[in-house]
Amino acid sequence: MSTPVLELDSLSVGFATDRGLVRAVEAVSFRVAPGEMLAVVGESGCGKSVTALAVMGLLPGSAQVGGRILFDGRDAREAQRGRDLAMVFQEPMTSLNPAFTAGEQVAEALRKHRGLAPRAAFDAAVEMLSRAHIPDAARRARQYPHQLSGGMRQRVMIAMALACRPRLLLCDEPTTALDVTVQAQIMALLDELRRETGTAVVLITHDLGVVADRADQVAVMYAGRVVEAAPAAQLFATPQHPYTVGLLGAAPRLVGGGGRLASIEGTVPDPLNLPPGCRFAPRCPFAVARCNEAPPLAEVSPGHSAACWRAPLDQVLAA
Amino acid sequence: MAVWLLRRIGQIIPTLLILSVLIFALQQLMPGDPALILAGEERGDPQVLAQIRAELFLDRPLPEQYVRWLWRALQGDLGFSWRIREPVAVLILQKLPVTLQLGGMAFVIACCIGVPLGVLSAVYKGRWPDVLVNAVALAGISTPNFWLGIMLILLVSVNLGWLPPSGYVPLFEDPWQSLKTTIMPAFVLGNAISAVLMRHTRAAMLNALSQDYVRTARAKGLGERVVVLKHALRNALVPVVTLGAIELGRLLAGAVLTEQIFTIPGFGKLIVDAVFNRDYPVVQGVVMVVAVITVLLALLADVIYLLVNPRLRHA
Repeated sequence: MSTPVLELDSLSVGFATDRGLVRAVEAVSFRVAPGEMLAVVGESGCGKSVTALAVMGLLPGSAQVGGRILFDGRDAREAQRGRDLAMVFQEPMTSLNPAFTAGEQVAEALRKHRGLAPRAAFDAAVEMLSRAHIPDAARRARQYPHQLSGGMRQRVMIAMALACRPRLLLCDEPTTALDVTVQAQIMALLDELRRETGTAVVLITHDLGVVADRADQVAVMYAGRVVEAAPAAQLFATPQHPYTVGLLGAAPRLVGGGGRLASIEGTVPDPLNLPPGCRFAPRCPFAVARCNEAPPLAEVSPGHSAACWRAPLDQVLAA
Repeated sequence: MAVWLLRRIGQIIPTLLILSVLIFALQQLMPGDPALILAGEERGDPQVLAQIRAELFLDRPLPEQYVRWLWRALQGDLGFSWRIREPVAVLILQKLPVTLQLGGMAFVIACCIGVPLGVLSAVYKGRWPDVLVNAVALAGISTPNFWLGIMLILLVSVNLGWLPPSGYVPLFEDPWQSLKTTIMPAFVLGNAISAVLMRHTRAAMLNALSQDYVRTARAKGLGERVVVLKHALRNALVPVVTLGAIELGRLLAGAVLTEQIFTIPGFGKLIVDAVFNRDYPVVQGVVMVVAVITVLLALLADVIYLLVNPRLRHA
């Protein structure tokens, strides 16, 4: 296997607060191969955004980071933000600077990383905007963010992020703030540009539906840990962690019989007061005594791992 | 935008009318009878007093006096100074450049001190540069103009002999000498405002630095200097500019004391002399001109706000 573009080796991120240390991310490991799309899935607060910000080196100074982040086999801190790796954020409304035109903001990255002259950078920005399917890109490039629709702004963000052809693109809930119809367009655009540029993508989302037919790999996070990781098709076909099962909304079929389990019972644990052992145990319909010990992320079948004592779940469900 | 501008200018007219009434009314509350002062030696002679009153329309009802004054003021005639026997408009035109020069310099000094310190303090929020800058700003706000002025004269002029302690040379007569006579009073005048500007710049920068677009700029790989000075400051300046223009109006009013200390023949000196002499037309004229300038500066602030804020420009 070639060197992964991104490799996290038991990354942990903690924030010191007045009430104690919040462990936002704990022992998270995964790899992203060149050109691959990894979806990181989980509820809000599970640590997926913090993971992305850690990769970008954009965490606030107060964050305590442990473990290793490797970009192309080397320490990610040596990678150049904007050129080697880039990020698209959730809120296109606020993520663009209101005081500069869309074109200027895309051109800025090109000037910085490609050393283009202002004129050439602006032309390249217009070109990039039109590749992000912004109609009438030359005119739009001269407009300010407030003159653009939400979907249009996210296209600008994507154009900005991909302008310097980074090897890795992190997308933090890129479609959450958008209308459903626009969501599909943006996802299609990401997919298209990814194939064109060969950029690997880490897609952070809470919506499994978004990733189903696009991601190569999926990592499911819960309360700061990866609870299941597998190739997308495999994960959807045979989820091995009860939390994934819950997310897929497939619980009724699996437990059999009458009662529908439309949502996962209970709430996400307080990050200051995490349960010992498996963090999902208090909400888990399959929990047993052993769940008081933390289960390791272990391989269930080749390429498919789950952090659950009861995995593979097939036997549990068959019983 | 043109419609907005016209409407905005339309709003000024009632403001100025109300101001003119206020100025005229306050004037009447001032103790002392101008006729008595003007009569001088002959103040015992009722006939002289009556003649003076008739000449100056002081025997007419107040509303009539007001309308007469306003009507002529609109034509640029602010009346005659009772004391100096010169048209008020001429007096004002003589003194206005002096005060404008002083105010302009003070404003530049205030911006040069206040904005960079505000940025510095926001970037180093909670750390020692922030604490230091805030202490300096507090000292700046708390220092009375007259005290700072006197101390500067003592230090710079008396002890070090670097600058003349007082007096004024017009800008176009000898720019260098003019600068030397105005730099100290301009600093004194700008000092208090620089502290206000610093506090506002700090608040606006803290707000800007916490915005998502600053994170985007960092994600783009821009250096911290570009992130702070371009992406954050550009947005932070929007409220600061507005405030700055309004402060400039306050600064003109604040010049009264400073001009007295440095004996600069500007607006401040004109109005103080006029008040002591019960020279009503001069007082009215000067205050009215200051009011007009303040209102125009507020308009200027709005226009600048529009220009630096693209969201409004296209609205």
